[in-house]
Parts: sequence; C-alpha cells; structure tokens
Amino acid sequence: MYGWIWRRLPGGTALRVLQALLLIALVSALLLFVVFPYLEPRLPENPLTGPVTVDR
Amino acid sequence: MVGKHRGGWDFSAAAETPAGALRPRKRRGSRRRRGDHPGSVGPHDSDQHRGSDQDSGSDQDSGSDRHRGSDQHSGSDQDSDTMLRRFARGAGELLLTCGAVLLLFVVYEVWVSNVFAHHKQAQLHRQLATAWQRGQDPLKGQDRLNLPVGKQVVLPTGQGFANLYIPEFGKDFARTIVQGTSDGDLEAGPGHYVTSQLPGQVGNFAVAGHRVGKGEPFLNLDKLHPGDTIVVQTASNWYVYSVLGSRSAYAAASKLADPARRAAAIAAALAAPDSQGVPGREIVSPGAVQVIDPVPNHPSATATRALLTLTTCHPKYSADKRMIVHAQLIRAVPHAGSVLPKELPGGKI
Repeated sequence: MYGWIWRRLPGGTALRVLQALLLIALVSALLLFVVFPYLEPRLPENPLTGPVTVDR
Repeated sequence: MVGKHRGGWDFSAAAETPAGALRPRKRRGSRRRRGDHPGSVGPHDSDQHRGSDQDSGSDQDSGSDRHRGSDQHSGSDQDSDTMLRRFARGAGELLLTCGAVLLLFVVYEVWVSNVFAHHKQAQLHRQLATAWQRGQDPLKGQDRLNLPVGKQVVLPTGQGFANLYIPEFGKDFARTIVQGTSDGDLEAGPGHYVTSQLPGQVGNFAVAGHRVGKGEPFLNLDKLHPGDTIVVQTASNWYVYSVLGSRSAYAAASKLADPARRAAAIAAALAAPDSQGVPGREIVSPGAVQVIDPVPNHPSATATRALLTLTTCHPKYSADKRMIVHAQLIRAVPHAGSVLPKELPGGKI
C-alpha cells in the first residue's frame, strides 16, 4: 500500500518525502480532530484518562 | 526460490523475480534505485542491495541470473509465491498502521483531548459569568451555610454554577464547576456529584475531575498539602476551604532533606485523620462511595461542618484507584463587586 502510494507521487525523492509528510499530517489531523473525538465516547472507558468518580 | 550461486546464496534472483512480476512491464529490467520501494518487507531486499553494492562488476552476472531464475519458475509457482509475498507485505503494513493509529490515540487522549475540553470549559465559564452579570444564579441563592442537608436546589446536569480556584495549582488556576459527573459533564470541567451538598453547605461538597487529559483540572491534586486553600465562588459568596491533615506533621515533614523520606512524611501528614476521622488525603478503590458522604467514611454520622471533597484517578495514567482530597470550610464572605478574597492573589476581603 505504502509502496503503491510512493510510486504514484510525482517528483524526485525530496519532493516525494515532502508529499509523504503532508499526507501523514493530513491523515493524523483527520484522526485526531474528527475520528477520535467521534469514536472516543463510544469506546469503553479507557484507563489512560480514566474514570475519575467514586460512584461508578 | 533462493539459488546457490558461486558458493554463496544468491538472493537477487528470489527477490527480483516475484517483485518484478508485481510491477508494470516497463519497470522490469531497469534497475530500481535503492529506496524505490520502501514498502518491501523482509531481509531479501536488503540482502539484494548489499549483494549488488558490494559485488561490483557482477551486475552483468546477476542480471543474467535473474532471467535464469525467472525461467526456472513455473507459472503457478510464481503466482502463489507472489500472492504470499503480497499478503505478507499487506499484513505487515496493516499491523504497522494499526500500531501507529493506536499510538496516535494515546496522543489524542493525553494532549489533544485537552484542546476540546479547554474549549468547552471556556464556553461554560463565559456562560456562567454572563448569567451572573444578568443577576441570574443557577443555585438561586440557596448555597447558604445553614441550609439543612438534603434540601438542595435541582440543577440541570451540564450547568455551570460555581468557580473553583486552587492557588497551589498556579495563580491563574480557575475552573467552572459543572453539575453532574457523566463523561460529557467532566469533559467541560470538574463535576459536582449530584447527590452531594452545595458549596458552603453543612455536609460534603464533592467534585470529580480528570487527572490526565480532557482538561486535566486535577492533574496536580497530589501537590495539595495540609492547610492549602481551595476557594469556591458562587453567585453570592466566596467559600474558603482548607485541606485537612496534620499541619504540624506537614511542617516538620517539609524540613526533611532526603526527598524520599520527605515525600513519605508528607503523605503521612496528609493521611492523618482529624478529630472526626476525616483525613486530608486518601487513596481508595474506585467504588469507595463513602468518601463523598456528608461525613466522609462515616455514612451513618450526622454532618456538623461543611467539607469539600475532590476526587480524581490515581496513579497518573491509570484508573486503578482514586485520589481523594478532603478540605474543611474555614470562612465564607459575601461578594463585594469584583474584589477577591485574601487567599487569592491580589485579594482584599
């Protein structure tokens, strides 16, 4: 999959690296600001940010 | 698959042939540059590169080997090999991607969730300030000191009704307390346990807050010591609470030089119960509801004083236990314009 994307990016190595980084940033932003905020309340309580109450 | 070649293993035939079969026709034969296919997995590729880099002058050889290698494979053999390779590569990439997404989720939980929570908290804070300016009080003035326990106003959950100031958490630490302790409520700010009392009331005003992520209002709850002040502001009054625990033991403990011993002594000072059996700080199991009772840990006792209890998860980055801090009301002053109480920086009343 990644090889396929890489071969389809135009330009030389430097340009491709730049485009690859942009793609990574785009996907990360989509996950962090859209997907995770939507999914998080639907997941079971996670121990990281944890439930903080004593009555559940 | 891998051919013996001049007394050594020649991986180039194995690596090139099936991979070449995957590529468009025009790429075959032209030597691909190193790094041209970063998606390739397995040691074969690196061996191939190393082999051809070190073995200068044998390019011609390996080139002909490559063709010989491909001739040796029958069609179906090559297909199944290609399929297997393709599957392995796809599976590897999928697993790596899953790992990266999970790591990103941790980043979201610990840092990015704060961005959303701070936004909600700011909104809540503005709404309460506006309501107060208009003379509206969500508590309807019922946060009076001597209101009997059990007589509480009905507040809709998600409604902000008081501000919390803890100078120990920083000069500018101020959070609007929201009614309710559901996930949604707690994302907006520290949440008031709906069954517990209101600020200033005799009994226990209990508030839960996140330790890590989601605005992390109680990130530093472990930094509170006996005698530290916690200030709560409602539409009508300022309430000043003081963290319980042995202040003399804390004063002695903070003079200790050895960090480990000092920390242990401070913890002991915080854990010391007062005359009514309430400690300044305790670490309890997640189901220890008795800590938010009107008299904490004494469910059948009758409350005679106004307490404040803060709860958060413990240890940091975990939900195994709860850290509980208890404080006692030491004074209450009515609002006087925008003048702050003495316990806050620049306060006069």
